[in-house]
Amino acid sequence: MSFINYASREINCKIVYYGPGLCGKTTNLQHVYAKTAPEAKGKMISLATETERTLFFDFLPLALGEIRGFKTRFHLYTVPGQVFYDASRKLILKGVDGIVYVADSQEERMDANIESLDNLRHNLKEQGYDLDKLPYVVQYNKRDLPNAVPVEELRRELNPTNVPDFEACASTGEGVFETLKAVAKLILVDLKKGR
Amino acid sequence: MSNSQMVMYDEEFQEINVVIERLLKDSNSKVIFLVDKNGQLISGVGETERFDTTSLASLTAGNIAATGGLAKLIGEKEFSILFHEGEKDNLHISIVGGRVILVVLFDNRSSLGLVRLRVKKASEELSVIFEKLMKKSDEKVKSGTSFPFAEITDDDIDNLFS
Repeated sequence: MSFINYASREINCKIVYYGPGLCGKTTNLQHVYAKTAPEAKGKMISLATETERTLFFDFLPLALGEIRGFKTRFHLYTVPGQVFYDASRKLILKGVDGIVYVADSQEERMDANIESLDNLRHNLKEQGYDLDKLPYVVQYNKRDLPNAVPVEELRRELNPTNVPDFEACASTGEGVFETLKAVAKLILVDLKKGR
Repeated sequence: MSNSQMVMYDEEFQEINVVIERLLKDSNSKVIFLVDKNGQLISGVGETERFDTTSLASLTAGNIAATGGLAKLIGEKEFSILFHEGEKDNLHISIVGGRVILVVLFDNRSSLGLVRLRVKKASEELSVIFEKLMKKSDEKVKSGTSFPFAEITDDDIDNLFS
């Protein structure tokens, strides 16, 4: 849940990037980190294995500017995508304000995408959240690869509720900021409603 | 544990800082942080400028979450105190009132025994303040008063990204 601090006039929100292993969650954060002005970002932390697979989470704090005199900060987290890290994924979802689901467009990853999305719904439910009520966007990553499934098909399988979705190639940065902006905007609109 | 939104007001912020400033002095420690279980920094006193407080908050919360997961696996509710011993500096991490994490960083000018003793007393005081804070924010939400984001416009949001 977002944290509003009247004393320091700050508002902090938590965004979690979710998706199957090797879909590009960490790459999304790395691109945001690389392209953000130094004064607007903190240190990026990656708790990864020696082979650079996410072990616990990546973390990137961003300060976007002010709204009505409140400094607006977003804390970006990724989960470890590999199936057997489910216990860690559950922990990272605690206190989430918005979700980016990153899908791997490659044909052979379709099953992994579906499994990960089911896992997201299930883990959220366990914590008392409903994905359909949270600020939530979908990103179809790796659009540049030759074996990418057509977007219509991905949409049919992975975005039945028709939330905002984006095509991306996180390694070149295409679509990364569009995705982030969309989820941040949904979170702020949600805050506006006062929940 | 409450899942409601965390809100901090000036009055309670001051009260909290009085308690942790006193704890800093009484326990002879270097830095004290208060962190929300979700990883948001609430306040910090002492030599805070020497540390990356945002990262510290996020990793502390991750640490507490991971050890909390371990606790559940062995049938414990939580591990309410963690202690990390370094060559020079040590970290004493404890859970206050079920939802806030108190982090005390100290070196050999203090001792684990002293820190534990002082933390215990300060935790009781902090629990009372956070209890009051939760009640206050619940009441404000119910009465629908003074929510600063009710009036933000789409333009305000767009401007953030321009």
